[in-house]
Amino acid sequence: MTATVADAPAAPVSGAPIPPKKWGAAIALGVIALLSLIFFGFGTPAGSTTKFVIARKTDFIQLPSLTVPSELAAILLSLVGLALAGWVAYRANQRRKVGIWLPIVYGMAIMGALLTWAGAGREATSIQLTGLLTSSLFLAVPLVFGALAGTLCERSGIINIAIEGQLLAGAFLAALVGSMAGNAYVGLIAAPVAGALVGLLLAIFATKYWVNQIVVGVVLNMLVIGLTGFFFSTLMSDDPSLNQPIGLEKLPIPLLSKIPVLGPVLFNQNLLVYILYVAVAALQIMLFKSRWGLRVRAVGEHPKAADTVGIQVNRTRIRNTVLGGAVAGLGGAFFTVASGLAFGKEMTAGKGYIALAAMILGRWSPRGALAAALLFGFADALRVQLGAIGSPIPSQFLAMTPYLATIFAVAGLVGHARPPASEGIPYKK
Amino acid sequence: MSADSQTTEDQRDEEAPPEDRWRRALREIVESSSMVVFMAIVASMIIGGVLIIFADEAVRESAAYFFSRPGDTFSAIGDALGSAYSSMFNGAVLNLEASSFAGVIKPLTQTLTMATPLIFAGLGLGIGFRAGLFNIGAQGQLLMGATFGAYIGFAFSLPAGLHLALAVIGCAVGGAIWGFIPGILKAKRGAHEVIVTIMLNYVALYLVAWLLSLDAFQREGSDNPISPFVAETAQYPKILGVQFNLHLGFLLALACAWGAWWLMERSTLGFRLRAVGANPSAARTAGMNIGTATIITMVIAGGLAGLAGSAPVLGTQKFLTDAVAGTLGFDAITVALLGRSRPLGIVLAAILFGGLQASGPSLQVNAGLPVDIVVVIQATIVLFIAAPPLVRAMFRLPAPAHEKEVAA
Repeated sequence: MTATVADAPAAPVSGAPIPPKKWGAAIALGVIALLSLIFFGFGTPAGSTTKFVIARKTDFIQLPSLTVPSELAAILLSLVGLALAGWVAYRANQRRKVGIWLPIVYGMAIMGALLTWAGAGREATSIQLTGLLTSSLFLAVPLVFGALAGTLCERSGIINIAIEGQLLAGAFLAALVGSMAGNAYVGLIAAPVAGALVGLLLAIFATKYWVNQIVVGVVLNMLVIGLTGFFFSTLMSDDPSLNQPIGLEKLPIPLLSKIPVLGPVLFNQNLLVYILYVAVAALQIMLFKSRWGLRVRAVGEHPKAADTVGIQVNRTRIRNTVLGGAVAGLGGAFFTVASGLAFGKEMTAGKGYIALAAMILGRWSPRGALAAALLFGFADALRVQLGAIGSPIPSQFLAMTPYLATIFAVAGLVGHARPPASEGIPYKK
Repeated sequence: MSADSQTTEDQRDEEAPPEDRWRRALREIVESSSMVVFMAIVASMIIGGVLIIFADEAVRESAAYFFSRPGDTFSAIGDALGSAYSSMFNGAVLNLEASSFAGVIKPLTQTLTMATPLIFAGLGLGIGFRAGLFNIGAQGQLLMGATFGAYIGFAFSLPAGLHLALAVIGCAVGGAIWGFIPGILKAKRGAHEVIVTIMLNYVALYLVAWLLSLDAFQREGSDNPISPFVAETAQYPKILGVQFNLHLGFLLALACAWGAWWLMERSTLGFRLRAVGANPSAARTAGMNIGTATIITMVIAGGLAGLAGSAPVLGTQKFLTDAVAGTLGFDAITVALLGRSRPLGIVLAAILFGGLQASGPSLQVNAGLPVDIVVVIQATIVLFIAAPPLVRAMFRLPAPAHEKEVAA
């Protein structure tokens, strides 16, 4: 939803038929805003207030907490959402697109209404804004790496269902090597190796044996679950020193981490999160601005044409799949060394599949993947926080939102998700 | 499986020059896809063996002084492998250490019990594969089926036969609904079924977790998210007496396998589904409605996966939790692939994997090996099956004259 306008298709060629008016997005946004108005706006008890805590006690600059009249704020925020939906409808009528700012502002308005409603009339508790954002980013880390891995593979035409396995393999090897070396940073170096190995298997089966890539992905996930579970129950339980909870320490960036709200959220993190910023930016530029990126995308869209101009199709695919595996493996380090936890059986718990969802919602671009993963991370953090303050929304429904959002996206109910044209098709000369 | 090798043999009879009968028979055996399946299983058992050796403490200890006394290492390896494979056999086929006849054959009945949900779900996935649909959603469909069936089972009191029948139908309906969603989204909106079914697995999981937090689903006096026990009247009767877990669901699964065979090989609908799977544009040109075929396939596949949910809730575990599906939905994918999407193959593959899973507790207790080894063996079997040229290269088997496309 956030990335509704990323990768806008080229302007219609003159003489081409006029594209139909697309009302899907406007209707969806309108319905959600209306529901927000009814439930959050008019559902809030009159006269109650909601308290937002912006800064934490440890922050450098102390900002006062914000207390707003709940009903009025929730209604106003929902009306903002409705107005934005109206703007989308107006633009749709002119067959024009809206800027990237719209879904972001819209999302913030609706989320604000939700938070206001959830925190209404609870004097004892307050909504911890900075804490919410920090845990959103934290929970989004493996999703971003996973989605980047998926993007790298799929842009070159290989479907990567094995993200889950790559994350798990990375988490396992990071814990094992990190514990052996007694240093979390060594674990961080080992993690991508494990992911790359899984990626290599996927690439070989997909390009050399032309096995259906979805089959290989699903089976590789099982294989990694089995292997890591096996070594966890034998090697690691025989010798607990091989599986220690060691963590990367936080590296606050001087000055930047003192900025109110955003400082502690963005710039007081561990190394893995800083690598994440660099990886997203670098891959976004590389994929869409470099010669390498153009070649990769050519291989994913039209391998025959790419081959004709001398690009090695299968070699590009293997390289990208291994690189993607390494990126996902690095993301796997999040679960163990970056969180300071020991390895646990199946500890990735389906995060690889949410990463796949983030890749689709992010329209196969690193920037979009980041936005979608942050959205999912936010939903997860919100679930935790609403659970803590005892909200009337069952936490299971919040947990469902990333999956439902993805179904809406692939069903074309919100925008349209179009994968690279040749993904999943083995290239045979 | 057998139908495949039959056709290749027929073709070869016409093309091959006359040669010695025995040599030809031998060559046909080595070239057949059954041989690849067999060798894939052998290769996976070898890989499993390597892991067992690697994880065995006695082996690792004796390997430390390998060059002074290599014999120790080899005998430790022998002990580790011997105890692993014999406890696998004792756990899955016949328990030769048991004193009574019932004790001896108990593992076999346990294998068939474990195979029951795999047969159901594998059949559903197999039909999907043959109709060209990649359904990763057996997990969610199974869970929804189990939920519907369990609810009918514990919330109502009805006469014995009717109650069971309704609960079983409930399972099928629950799964079918969860299969219908990706079906209609694919047919009407072009949404890729792989993505939608993966996402629906999680939606089902959280939906069931939420239902189990409601009073209507919660067992009285329990704080855990588990449902009450299913009424006796809605449970599958045990078919070999109370000392065995094998229940009527197994026979129902075999009946479904026959039904699936009849549907795909003998009925017009099955012909349509296969045509759509083989070549959608040709099927469309011939006047078949691809969208309808997609929806029907997904509903049947979902219904069968839902029936797989009846095995735990009405047969073995007899109540609902959000973990009732285990990894059955994903195991069923491997079953369907190993069985080449054919009902007979699926039944055999399900029994093989059911046996592997049934041997888990015995491996744990007698050989001290974690059950995860079973998952590894299962996954490697399917990886090898999926790449026949790899298996042929490993065992230096000759390539057949006509390489068949791998199932799905």
